[in-house]
Amino acid sequence: MATMEIAGTVSYGARLRRALLPYLYLLPAFAVMAVITFYPLVYQVIVSFTDFATKDLRFGLASPTLQWVGLKNYIDILTGGLPVQNFEFFRVLTYNFWWAITNVMLHVPAGVLIAVLLNVQGLWFKKIYRAIYILPVVVPPLVVATVWRNIFDEQYGAMNQFLTTVAMWFGATDPVRIRWLTEYTPPIPWLLPNGPLPLAYYAMMIANFWLGWPFMTVVATGALQSIPKDLYEAASIDGASDSQQFWHITVPLLRPAMIPAAVYGFTTSFNLFAFVYFMTGGGPARTTEILVTFAYDLVRNLRLYGAAAAFSVFIFFVSLTVFLITNRITRATETYTEA
Amino acid sequence: MTTASEPKKNLLLRLLTMNTSNEVGGRDLPLWRQLLLQALTLLITLEVMFPIMYIITLSFSSQTMRPSALQLLPREISFVAYQQVLDRPTANPVTFLELLRNSFLLSVGVGLVALMIAVTAAYAFSRFKFKLRQVLMIMVFIPLLMPAVGLATPLFLLMNSFRIVECAPGVLAFNPFTTCEGGKLLFNLRDSLLGVGIAMISGALPFAIWNLKGYLDTIPRELEEAAAIDGASPNQIFFLIVLPLAVPQLAVTFFLGFIGHWQEFALPWLFLTKPQDYTLSMTLYNMTGQYANAIPWNRFSAFAVIVALPVAITYIALQKYITSGLTTGAVKG
Repeated sequence: MATMEIAGTVSYGARLRRALLPYLYLLPAFAVMAVITFYPLVYQVIVSFTDFATKDLRFGLASPTLQWVGLKNYIDILTGGLPVQNFEFFRVLTYNFWWAITNVMLHVPAGVLIAVLLNVQGLWFKKIYRAIYILPVVVPPLVVATVWRNIFDEQYGAMNQFLTTVAMWFGATDPVRIRWLTEYTPPIPWLLPNGPLPLAYYAMMIANFWLGWPFMTVVATGALQSIPKDLYEAASIDGASDSQQFWHITVPLLRPAMIPAAVYGFTTSFNLFAFVYFMTGGGPARTTEILVTFAYDLVRNLRLYGAAAAFSVFIFFVSLTVFLITNRITRATETYTEA
Repeated sequence: MTTASEPKKNLLLRLLTMNTSNEVGGRDLPLWRQLLLQALTLLITLEVMFPIMYIITLSFSSQTMRPSALQLLPREISFVAYQQVLDRPTANPVTFLELLRNSFLLSVGVGLVALMIAVTAAYAFSRFKFKLRQVLMIMVFIPLLMPAVGLATPLFLLMNSFRIVECAPGVLAFNPFTTCEGGKLLFNLRDSLLGVGIAMISGALPFAIWNLKGYLDTIPRELEEAAAIDGASPNQIFFLIVLPLAVPQLAVTFFLGFIGHWQEFALPWLFLTKPQDYTLSMTLYNMTGQYANAIPWNRFSAFAVIVALPVAITYIALQKYITSGLTTGAVKG
């Protein structure tokens, strides 16, 4: 930057000091990251080629019982050779993408519609509604998951109680006992060919819907308010109906703001660890497992450190792919208004 | 349907049509449409309030059993559950204050340390031009691609190898630098709040650097240029001009971090084994699932409310900054 070179004539020593200054400012961060980020990343790759398990905890890589197994961990993960029940890499991967995409496909339209609703001129109590609708963003996802887990409780959960009340109106007498989180049989078997979507998936979709749309509404509201009002006036003078105005003015002008928000929502849902772990723990029979929860299970409960490291390497490449794709989508839509 | 804009309305109607949205002019909404939209917004309000009211109602109940029918409004306001939770949250011999202290130590400590380390790096990336700038920025960016759980395995294994062992009375071995056969384990970095904190900083640092860099980029350079002409050294410019200007964003970054670290669960749950080191979110997890039957519903609900409150309050206090930051960031892409 030109800024730094203003201070008059400089000697050789001063120039050297100036050239080294940025590195001095970077030193603390990189010294710390070298130890707790970069070294662990390398260590991870090394461990992924071994059969590191509980037996080796005491001596680490110097353990006398440690075996170098080459690519075995990677192959085991891909072919289902891990000593883990109900695990199939590509099923979990498909489910993970499906989970993230279906979430975003619900959250974004709902968020936009509710933002449009709240943006209607002359709507009463607008401020109160805006204050209430922000609440789900404010509650920690971890608490949201535990609360919804209780709501979907088989015996005393609020959802079954609510359905019981509704059923009573229609003359039913038996209380509703849906096994939301433990029933394995998928209600719509053909929906995802690669893997069963149990009731727990729908329960989680409901809970995550509650958590997800308000953020989209916040983003959409901000973007809506920057759309010039005279566009609508001009359109209505030309005889455009409300729905025509929505599709031809609102939607195209919201797009530059909503696509990055959708991308953000996608990556968040894709790695929604605490929520999934707290709500179902990946069950029943690992059908709602996503990549990060499975990686965690490998370290925390199964203690297969070598396989866990290899799995994390996979996660890294999946995340990298997702990033490259979403980054391209964001870039491509960035200049929409100028085009 | 033009009755809504008649001038002599009754009091109720006037109260209802009171302008609460700070808009001037514009079309007046016909009453039937207004009512339709109100019905919709109320329905959405119900959807939003359903779990919140459910858990609050349960937490104010003195009954340890769940009501057999759905209750969304408290029939009684009893603080028994809160009192019990504050007294003795779980079956473990650990008090609420200890859990609170652990959560606070982790979230505040990690936030502060990450901020202090990050700010000079963010400044270097924002203001200096140097050879390795691109390469180093990508190096900081790469860990952001990895979900937090992705580094859990190596961090667990590395921390686990740092131990202090008492080989004989008065003789200590510091693994992995010195070792001895047998002996009594005195300290394991992995199984301590310090170790968890270090591991959490690993995840917090790249985010803090990028967030601060983005903000420093928006601070105009004129002040710094003026100071440089007046003969201030780069260090003086940083400490006396840039740092004070960045205080608001430092605070926002800290609190954003706080919100995240307060909920941190994966690393503490993986690392810690001693009940006295447990955090609030770990205890919350203990109250669900297989252990849930031992915990009365009202106590669980009270605990969930307590865990949620600090985050909710921080969020609401910072709402303006957070949403504007997220939306401008989102629009920029």
